[in-house]
Amino acid sequence: MLDNLQLLFVWAPVMNIQMILDGIFVGAVFALSAYGLALVWGVMNVKNLAQGDFVILGGYIAFALYHPLHASGIPPWLIIPIVLVIVMVSMFFFGTVVYRLIIKRVIDQDMFTSLLATFGLSLLLQQVMNLIWGPEVQIIDSELPILTAFDSFVTIPTVKILSLVMASLLAVAVVVFMKTSRTGQAIRATAQDPRAARVLGIDTDRVYSFTFSLNASICGAAGVLVAMIWVIQPFYGIVYSVRSFAIVTAAGLGNLPAVIGTGFGLGLIEQYTGIIMGAEYQVAAAVVMLLGVLIWRQIQMRRHRQVVR
Amino acid sequence: MSSKTIMLYVAILLAAIFGPILFPNYIQQMAVLWVMVLMASTWDALGGQTGYNSLGNITFFGAGMYISAVIQISMFYDVAEYTSAYGAIKPVFTESQYYTGLYLGIIGAGLGSVLLSLFFGTFMFGLRGPYFAIGTLGLAVAAGQLTGTFDYVGGGSGISMPFFPGDIEFRSLFFYGFCFGLAALSHFVLRWMYSTQFGLAINAIRDDEDKAEAMGIPTLLHKQIGWAVAAFFMGCVGAVFGNMVGFIEPVEVAFPTATFGIFMVAMALLGGKGTLWGPVIGAVLFHVIKETTWTVLLGWQWVALGLILIVNIVYFQEGLMGWLQRKYPEFFGIVVDTSSREEKAES
Amino acid sequence: MKLNAMKQMAVSAAVVASLGMAGSAVAKVEGDTITLGSSISLTGKYATNGLHTQRGYDYAVDVINAAGGVKVGGKSYKLTVKYYDDESTPARGAQLAERLIQQDGVEYMLGPYSSGMTKAIAPVSEKFGVPMVEAEGASRSLFTQGYKYLFAVLSTSEQYLSTTIELAAQTSDNPSSLKVAMAFENDPFSLDVREGVVDAVKKHGMKIVIDDKLPADLSDMSATLTKVKAIRPDVLIVSGHSKGAATAARQLEEMKVDVPIIGMTHCEAAKIQEKFPKSAKGIMCATQWVETIPKSDALFGSAADWNAGFKKAYPSYTSVPYQSAQASAAVLVWAKAFEAANSFDKDKVRDAISAVEMETFYGDIKFSAAGNNIAKPMFMRQIDADGNYNLVVTAKDMEFPRKPGY
Repeated sequence: MLDNLQLLFVWAPVMNIQMILDGIFVGAVFALSAYGLALVWGVMNVKNLAQGDFVILGGYIAFALYHPLHASGIPPWLIIPIVLVIVMVSMFFFGTVVYRLIIKRVIDQDMFTSLLATFGLSLLLQQVMNLIWGPEVQIIDSELPILTAFDSFVTIPTVKILSLVMASLLAVAVVVFMKTSRTGQAIRATAQDPRAARVLGIDTDRVYSFTFSLNASICGAAGVLVAMIWVIQPFYGIVYSVRSFAIVTAAGLGNLPAVIGTGFGLGLIEQYTGIIMGAEYQVAAAVVMLLGVLIWRQIQMRRHRQVVR
Repeated sequence: MSSKTIMLYVAILLAAIFGPILFPNYIQQMAVLWVMVLMASTWDALGGQTGYNSLGNITFFGAGMYISAVIQISMFYDVAEYTSAYGAIKPVFTESQYYTGLYLGIIGAGLGSVLLSLFFGTFMFGLRGPYFAIGTLGLAVAAGQLTGTFDYVGGGSGISMPFFPGDIEFRSLFFYGFCFGLAALSHFVLRWMYSTQFGLAINAIRDDEDKAEAMGIPTLLHKQIGWAVAAFFMGCVGAVFGNMVGFIEPVEVAFPTATFGIFMVAMALLGGKGTLWGPVIGAVLFHVIKETTWTVLLGWQWVALGLILIVNIVYFQEGLMGWLQRKYPEFFGIVVDTSSREEKAES
Repeated sequence: MKLNAMKQMAVSAAVVASLGMAGSAVAKVEGDTITLGSSISLTGKYATNGLHTQRGYDYAVDVINAAGGVKVGGKSYKLTVKYYDDESTPARGAQLAERLIQQDGVEYMLGPYSSGMTKAIAPVSEKFGVPMVEAEGASRSLFTQGYKYLFAVLSTSEQYLSTTIELAAQTSDNPSSLKVAMAFENDPFSLDVREGVVDAVKKHGMKIVIDDKLPADLSDMSATLTKVKAIRPDVLIVSGHSKGAATAARQLEEMKVDVPIIGMTHCEAAKIQEKFPKSAKGIMCATQWVETIPKSDALFGSAADWNAGFKKAYPSYTSVPYQSAQASAAVLVWAKAFEAANSFDKDKVRDAISAVEMETFYGDIKFSAAGNNIAKPMFMRQIDADGNYNLVVTAKDMEFPRKPGY
């Protein structure tokens, strides 16, 4: 461990640049999948355990689209936006269907009802994907160039930059949308008090439906990135589910900007733990961070209580 | 205990005894059934009765498994040598060594898990609602991952447990006995606890923790006792399960967060949480469905299981027990006061 | 009536638990069919290779049946395999092994995928005295336990990548100056491969500079590779089933990692030569079998014939993973053993298996007293620019240092 610290800060400080960049890129994808969860959790009080499977499903739809498009001779830089749009739209409709069939009926129940229903959905999706696309590990080769710096010691794949840009754009778009548009205002009103919103003539059912579909759509976008940056396999969704829950919980409910920040933080912590302690601690570090944040918040609250008293 | 209840227990006891005799080929599935019953019932002690929905009770299952393994092996071998990936030593356990190790292992697993739960409780019980659920989930994931980095217990290579020295046909029955015994014991302990003031206190915590605290109920203590009881049984059954499987490994066998960890919640909800029998019925149903679909619908088994869960949640939201209670309230000793309604209708 | 409802439910619950799932307890030999049993990973993290294995079994069964089946006592019998899905978890595997033996009456087992699963199943089949011919559990520790009923057609796992170290040693005048970086998945198989590498490294006095264990559910090894770039080792060894191979190939290219020798497992299973042609170039892959070996048997013909036949049956493969080949070989061992024993008595068949000494398309098969195949070597192949796998026997055969295509 000491060797690794020395390596990191004395022998090859340039490594830090790579680490930070990677951490941010990884974090952007995590943040994206957590972003939708924060929405449905905050607005509808639905804990979607199938979050990670939505991500993987998005990846598979992109996988299915990519090769036909690629074969038709469309240049790669154009394929990615096309794929992205198709995936987001189809995932939006998929979300609507799921909402109509399942979520709508569990929305007013206590927290574990939605958790269990989406758990069932997650099991179902995993095997359906397995039946359609097979259990093999799949990838999309974006064929975008890889940028290098510091005598090619630091490498930055363009696709990762793209993912960061996309994550930020989506985040900004959602925030602006929430603040300014009518639907956004309706969503916020519903989140604050569904009954009052209903009294004021807001069709909360439509708001819920839209929110859930938006979540599925964002997950789909994250899935496209996952397929282009890492690998997809029908049973790998759980990784993104756990990360999303960790991020949203650590960030605190209803705090969208904090979700992004926590996503980046998680990415950085994972990278640095991987370097300093070894890769075997990488996943543990993410959950330990979550526990740390939760405990720290308790201590703060206890202090706060004492002051009030 | 009413005669009805006693008859019920006798019936279950008979089923538990004659089941393995009549269907000797299915002993192991029945043993797993009792493990599931135990998991769902003890989950409900905190989840249903106290209102603290833990997603991390599986931590104690895995902890028990590993504590027991270390006890069983360390009595006669050097654990680090035993678990080295080579498997260069061929361990031989005599019959008496095996049984002493096993019994001490199970007891140690239970007690160790209690200590762990008390320790975790000190910082976990400040969390409420979803934060508690996700926090405990994090605990379970961290436990699995960290055990995987611990070379002393073999890390990701896992441990091949000492194998049952007796006759193989008897092996399943032996572990079946443990699983049934632990499930029954946990049931009666929980039954007794719910019937005392303790039961009222934890229900009060579920209904309104702040008021309960204001009434002078030491809430933290109650929550810790509830979790410790669950942890004790989960630890013991984890030790038994580890020996039954014969090979333990951190992520898939000892700390299976995404399967058993959530299954136990699913089972409790399926039957109806917050009741004594709900989790039991839920576990039986779940296990039967799972085993059947795995045989009949191979290739579509997860789809079937997922669909059944969804349909169940969407249409039987209060759980099977809740549905029965609504349908036949008298049987559950719930008196529906219809007189006031009738009076109103008359006036 | 209400009482009945409740009682019925609670009582029948336990009974249903046993009755409801009652499959028919088919005997191992019924009519003219011999049933082999296998619990295999059809879902979960090992599903990729579980499928390769299952196809290998199925293909062999089809070929054997088409050729007239197995002759025992002058009568021809067809083979069939009863599968269960072990969900990639050892706990389930052990349960299913018992279920196959007790409920389905299976007396002849084919192995599951991966060492961990085999470790869970072997004690059970051993105790029941049911012979198991397995093709995918390579861990050395399986063969130190004195199992009498476990037979493996493949070479044990310490041989997988230690060859890479030997080859690396040949490239240098002073092998002890070499630096080795290792990244293994944290699971029984990969850690056993690691042991073999560590032994070889120690033998040559090389230095291990990175020793990372990748969590099973992690599909990102950029932290490890960043370290690799900073330290510049002479050899990089990666092993982690299909996901490990795919992740490594992808990120090697992405991070432009340039190490003179890179050794990996599961290249064919992950199809890296197709998916990452640039990165795959020059990677050394350990394999149990190659389709060019001059070995053959009467049933499948030569290695190349098997390869062609399998590709025809499953056209999605451009390079057939050895997992399928060895699965077929395991079925072949069963067929030979039945005919040699000329009996269905499981102990007689067991003795026949242990006496098997034959040449197959998969290579020679002869089991040691411990049950592992000692007649077959491991192979090391290097991927070239066109995605072909070329056999490497000595350091002269390989491209050194590796010139990646990125």
